[in-house]
Amino acid sequence: MIKMFKQMSKKEVIFFTSSILFMILQVWLELKIPGYMSEITKLVKTEGAINEIIHIGIIMILCALGGFIVSVIISFFSSYVGTSFEKNLRSRIFRKVQGFGMEEINKFSTSSLITRDTNDVTQVKNFIVMGTQMLARAPIMASMAIFKIIGKEWQFSLITFVGVLTIAVMISIIIIFVIPKFKKVQTLTDNLNRVTRENLTGIKVVRAFNAEKFQQSKFDRANNELTKTNLFVGRMMSLMEPVMTLVMSGVPLAIYWIGASLINSANIVDKITIFSDMVVFSSYAIQVIMSFMFLIMIFIIYPRASVSMGRISEILDTKEMIKDGDIDKENGIKGEIEFKNVSFKYPDAEDCVLENINLKVNKGETIAFIGSTGSGKSTLVNLIPRFYDVTKGEILIDGVNIKDMKLEFLHNKIGYVSQKAVLFKGTVKSNIQFGKNEHDELTDDEVWNAIKISQAEEFVTKMEKNINSDIAQNGTNVSGGQKQRLSIARALARKPEIFIFDDAFSALDFKTDYKLRKQLSDKYKDATKLIVASRVGTILEADKIVVLDNGKCVGIGTHKDLLKNCEVYKEIVLSQLSKEELDYEK
Amino acid sequence: MKNKNKPHDVAKDFKGTIKKLIRYNKSLVVLVVISLVLSFVASILSIIGPDKLKDMTNIISTSFTTEIDLEKIKNIGIILIIMYVASSVLAYIDGLLMTLVTCKFQKSMRNDISIKINKLPLSFFDKTTVGDILSRVTNDVDTIGFTMTESLSSIVSSSTLLIGSLFMMIYTNWILALTAVLSTIIGLVFVVIIIMKSQKYFIEVQNSLGEINGHIEEVFSAHNIVKVYNAEEETNNTFDTINERLFVSGRKSQFLSSLMHPLMGFTGNFGYVAVCVVGSILVLNKSIDFGVIVAFMMYIKFFTRPLMQIAQLFGGIQSAVAAGERVFNFLEADDMENEKNIKEKLLPSNSCGNLEFKNVKFGYTKDKTIIKDFSAQVKKGSKIAIVGPTGAGKTTIVNLLMKFYNIDSGDIIIDNHSIKELTRENVHDLFTMVLQDTWIFEGTIKENIRYNNRNITDEEIINACKKVGLHHLIKTLPNGYDTVLNDSDNLSSGEKQLLTIARAMLDNRPYLILDEATSNVDTRTEELVSKAMDKLSKDKTSFIIAHRLSTIRNADMILVMNNGDIIEQGTHDELLKKNGFYADLYNSQFQNIGE
Repeated sequence: MIKMFKQMSKKEVIFFTSSILFMILQVWLELKIPGYMSEITKLVKTEGAINEIIHIGIIMILCALGGFIVSVIISFFSSYVGTSFEKNLRSRIFRKVQGFGMEEINKFSTSSLITRDTNDVTQVKNFIVMGTQMLARAPIMASMAIFKIIGKEWQFSLITFVGVLTIAVMISIIIIFVIPKFKKVQTLTDNLNRVTRENLTGIKVVRAFNAEKFQQSKFDRANNELTKTNLFVGRMMSLMEPVMTLVMSGVPLAIYWIGASLINSANIVDKITIFSDMVVFSSYAIQVIMSFMFLIMIFIIYPRASVSMGRISEILDTKEMIKDGDIDKENGIKGEIEFKNVSFKYPDAEDCVLENINLKVNKGETIAFIGSTGSGKSTLVNLIPRFYDVTKGEILIDGVNIKDMKLEFLHNKIGYVSQKAVLFKGTVKSNIQFGKNEHDELTDDEVWNAIKISQAEEFVTKMEKNINSDIAQNGTNVSGGQKQRLSIARALARKPEIFIFDDAFSALDFKTDYKLRKQLSDKYKDATKLIVASRVGTILEADKIVVLDNGKCVGIGTHKDLLKNCEVYKEIVLSQLSKEELDYEK
Repeated sequence: MKNKNKPHDVAKDFKGTIKKLIRYNKSLVVLVVISLVLSFVASILSIIGPDKLKDMTNIISTSFTTEIDLEKIKNIGIILIIMYVASSVLAYIDGLLMTLVTCKFQKSMRNDISIKINKLPLSFFDKTTVGDILSRVTNDVDTIGFTMTESLSSIVSSSTLLIGSLFMMIYTNWILALTAVLSTIIGLVFVVIIIMKSQKYFIEVQNSLGEINGHIEEVFSAHNIVKVYNAEEETNNTFDTINERLFVSGRKSQFLSSLMHPLMGFTGNFGYVAVCVVGSILVLNKSIDFGVIVAFMMYIKFFTRPLMQIAQLFGGIQSAVAAGERVFNFLEADDMENEKNIKEKLLPSNSCGNLEFKNVKFGYTKDKTIIKDFSAQVKKGSKIAIVGPTGAGKTTIVNLLMKFYNIDSGDIIIDNHSIKELTRENVHDLFTMVLQDTWIFEGTIKENIRYNNRNITDEEIINACKKVGLHHLIKTLPNGYDTVLNDSDNLSSGEKQLLTIARAMLDNRPYLILDEATSNVDTRTEELVSKAMDKLSKDKTSFIIAHRLSTIRNADMILVMNNGDIIEQGTHDELLKKNGFYADLYNSQFQNIGE
């Protein structure tokens, strides 16, 4: 709870406090009404008090109206506090995550970060809105109503207490038995979803194996289990309403019944007082019972919000590992990269992913990295934009340690294409213009140029609005190969000093791959190109090929050199090209 | 984002869907009727309650000067207790019945959807996303069920309470009744106005929420790219714009919806005060007894609450009907062609493995034929490689062979049987299929390999794994063959591929369809995979979507595809000589080698 308040802005705290203060006023006004009723009860017994009754009636209406107006004010405050808190919290998480490095991202996992910034935030907001409106009201109402009751006939209080107790017992039973089942329902629903998803994603396999019945029996099992649990939960929950109605109508009955015998045994003077107490008490008793019900509800709702807030705080309290540098001026050197004794291991991991890598790359060179999965080739190039920081050694770009460079300055030098093509919601153009570098905003010509080189022209011209065509979220409206070509175009359009292609060509067919690489070496002669590849065909013509095996560099050289003296390389090549083709090359 | 309550969901055919929902519930109708009767009786009982309480109050208030007739009070009290308890018990039974009805309904509806999935033609799934169907199985069915329990009984009890209390009020005293009704209606008008006004903001909130969640998902998943392109500012700006929009509409909708509660409270209070004042005056005039006021104080609660409930229910019913419509649209989609009159049967053991394409014509849509006129003879045990650039339509051939789609004209002859004269089930029995996107379900390794063929022994499974080279790896896993496979990726994609090959190996059929997966598999595993695939295709008539050069070169026939059509066919050498598309494609791999 304290964590939540800590995240509130001053204005929100003021609004929150005011809404609580107004709530006291509102409850006070609301509780006034039955009090006046008690006066009316007395007046009814005196002849000719019509005017006084009307007078009190007007006061009562004013109280009700006043209460309503105060409620409107409270609603205004609480809805402001809730949504503004939600907005700021969401934005704070978003910006915090933007500043994260890969290390922090991996610690949480992307999907968990997304849930935290969406569902968890909503969860906390709901609690705050409800908290300011209902939950905070309950204790105020309960204590004020008890205050009104106190000092009246103890028998009435006892009845109220029994009412509260009954409801408390019922809700506790529900908390104990049903809440765990709610979680189970969620798991079972996920389970049902999984079985259905399985059938849908594997629909061809299911049909090819004639396994429809097999899948259906799996579904039946999941469905039965879910239905069984739902039945249990439903049966328990059905108890709630009847018990509540019973208490709500039973309490007034009991008060009247006992009231009758109290009046009977009282002396004449006290009779009217007890009678009016009795009428009024039944109103207050209901208020008290209701308030306690809401109070108990806090125990159901709070844990969920508290878990969410905890998850959010975890993000906000995380310290970024990557520190920004301060060099942001060019020094005349361009496109040089040097790895000096670079080793890298993931935090908490025992073994190094990369060990003692030494490599010097000159301006305009094409360097290819090859090796089996897990050899560290992707990790190596990902150290350059500082997605991770090296564990030992240093990486120099243009003679400057990248840790000393301003991140923005460093990133401006780089055109990066990831293995998994990424597009954003927007247009083809907005995707290619994405981001910021030292150049001005790209003109349409420049955009087209990048599209041509990346071999995307053919399909972009076929799209309805060419470069202004819409791209759906995650680029789901273009094919995988098209996505990859557009994300390559995005890197080309930046005209960087250094290109990093992290296995970016494997989604392309051989022909496109070849054309693209040819254009790249023609049009971007001065740029240094780092290519991580899994296909031998992609890298044959590189100036240098770096062969990695289990994090170690086992060979650097041209295709021909390596074929002669690098076992690992030979193995990789043999697995992809047949012996004959290798001979054909000689 | 899945939103359970989409306020802007409106059914196109409201009446029709309601009718369908009722028809769907046919077997449950008896239960529903019983439950409705129960809730009707329970409501009547609770309406009579205040009338009795009124009598009690009258006895007390008129006997200040004399002894109160405690015997009478006791009698009324006992009657009331019986009534209250009976009403609660009935309401509880009603609740139980409704729960049963809802659960049964949901179960059968989900079941029907699942059965339907396996009856629909594959072309249906080209147009629908997995998420869409999933949301029908869970969200939509839930929405309908939730509304059923909530609405059905509360409509009956609410209207009973409403009409009953109105009747009792008029019956007891018409002036007070008028006072109560008028004062409540004023409040109700405001409630309706607020509901209507807030609807607009709710839609805005839902839209912005969807948008911002989408943006967060997109940016977080592409964190690397955003960073390295220095696009934090750009993405932050987009975020802020959507966030601000969400804030503005969120605040308004939150404000309006939180007004509902106080407004209802005020309406209740207003009615309460009006009844008190008017009632007291009437008491003073001696036209009513004081007990009437007590009774009215309860009636007015019975009267206001259902009014509000009905107003709120309406929104729920709307979205339930919309959900119902979505489910029925799915359930009513056209099934695959009925194959009941196909009598012919070709047992896998009787098939020798010949196959012929005869002037095959096919298009996914009527207006676009993509395979124009394709003929080829495939002999027993031969290897057909299908090659072509990405997106050339290589899977079309697979779809036709497996009878996932029906050919438009021409024929495919499997061992002298036209594919049209064999059931889909029969065709599937003749083929073994391994696809590039490996399909593994949550279950143990053993279950994954055995799949639906219960006759396969553990020994056979182990043998198959030995053949594909998985045995050693499986032995190193904590639970060996009983290791549960799930999303957490305890196997690499190459290993998963091997597993599906093992699965296919045990499904021994005369024909084989194979999609070679080479991307994302490291070189060593790839070697294992290709060896396993070679073993699998031995002695079988096989169709291979080829990526490996060795497959292509050794194939008995190569089908070259581009833009969905088969543009060249022949052996490797023939095609190279032709110097056409294939030669071009093939040489592009070594362009630089020759230099």
